[in-house]
Amino acid sequence: MVAPLVGILALQGGVLEHAAHLRAQGAEVREVRTPAGLEGLDALVLPGGESTTMTLGIAREGLADPLRAFAASGRPLMATCAGLILLDRTHLDVLPIDCERNAFGRQIRSFEGDVAVAGIDGPPHHGVFIRAPKVVAHDDDVEVLATVDDAVVGVRRGSVEGYAFHPELTDDGRIHAAFVARVRA
Amino acid sequence: MRDESTPRVKTGLAEMLRGGVIMDVIDAEQAKIAEAAGATAVMALERVPSDIRRDGGVARMSDPQMIREIQAAVTIPVMAKARIGHFAEAQILEALEVDYIDESEVLTPADEANHIDKWEFEVPFVCGATNLGEALRRIAEGACMIRSKGEAGTGDVVEAVRHIRSIRGDIKRLAGMDGGELATAAKNHQAPLELVRWVAANGKLPVPLFSAGGIATPADAALMMQLGAESVFVGSGIFKSEDPQTRAERVVMATTHFNDPAKVLEASTGLGRAMDSLEARKLPEDQLLAGRGW
Repeated sequence: MVAPLVGILALQGGVLEHAAHLRAQGAEVREVRTPAGLEGLDALVLPGGESTTMTLGIAREGLADPLRAFAASGRPLMATCAGLILLDRTHLDVLPIDCERNAFGRQIRSFEGDVAVAGIDGPPHHGVFIRAPKVVAHDDDVEVLATVDDAVVGVRRGSVEGYAFHPELTDDGRIHAAFVARVRA
Repeated sequence: MRDESTPRVKTGLAEMLRGGVIMDVIDAEQAKIAEAAGATAVMALERVPSDIRRDGGVARMSDPQMIREIQAAVTIPVMAKARIGHFAEAQILEALEVDYIDESEVLTPADEANHIDKWEFEVPFVCGATNLGEALRRIAEGACMIRSKGEAGTGDVVEAVRHIRSIRGDIKRLAGMDGGELATAAKNHQAPLELVRWVAANGKLPVPLFSAGGIATPADAALMMQLGAESVFVGSGIFKSEDPQTRAERVVMATTHFNDPAKVLEASTGLGRAMDSLEARKLPEDQLLAGRGW
């Protein structure tokens, strides 16, 4: 069986950790910095980092339309933290959601804690939230995958999923495993 | 159940800053320019290193009012510097809720024997290092990010290169050693054996390794990234240049595309004059900042 080829947007941010998880699930990984880098991918990850920096990089490289086209193609797309912000209505407008940045406060309020994720069996995922955003509004066709207190921190619509936390910073490979399984399906 | 300020989330922020540029800024206006140019974070300080060099005297933590104004002006992380060993300055910066504290040799050291016990703090720390032993001593004290020191405020990248090559070279050498040799290496590096063993097994530091000190051009940033830095700090290099906004944007671009010479060429073209520079090797011993801390 041919290994699926998964791209990671690598303008800046936590690329290495996603790459390690994806490889552990048998995927091949390509770092994406230009529109040409999106060609031939089976799936894409938008990693954590600084959403302002990534947004400027997307504009500089002419990546906004190619990224929207990728999302619309139905190929799986996973976003974490800053990547989730990029999906919202005021950024790439890939999902009908609104995000609040740094919704839990500055770095001193960054935290880790258990979070149940829909579709992930077994014990709760141990979420790592770093200057994390939350989803403050979403259309009805967006499925909520995870919440912390009352805050929406995981969403999916069709082939696109986003998390406010960082599964890539944990040893829990279940979220990446499920993602790669969808790529193979 | 929430656990705040764990080593995981402290180091995690450093990991999210990878592949980016952290810029020194002295006021809210510069902070906004840095953010609009694509900086991943700003370092708030009263005087950039080249001015500290020029002015002489004791360099201290910045005025909290200025740091507050910068925090209000941008949404990217705001870092600030405390003097080596000056834990009271660090306590003030923590009360301000800065996102990272830099225990920095650019300021005048407050303690000639001890660095800050960084485990005591909820806000994470970055520290400078010139070699592997120094990096591991800082990590043992609780630093969650290491930056090679370079020679700040010179615009001369030679010391940054020396330090990153030294750190990366020593990491590679550890990988080939057996248990007995690692014990000797720990002694020679004056670093905890447990950390030396971890580095040998994993081929990297347990926290991100960034680079600082003398980076003035997009090419300098690309050089440091190719040498193994995971991000770069640019101090005087941006706002002491002729066209700070353009230079800031281009250093960001070169840091992203450090392995793509055509992109670094594009980033290097039409920049205007770089900062006024000093050749690090010609500086008198008492003006070298990298020797502060141990």
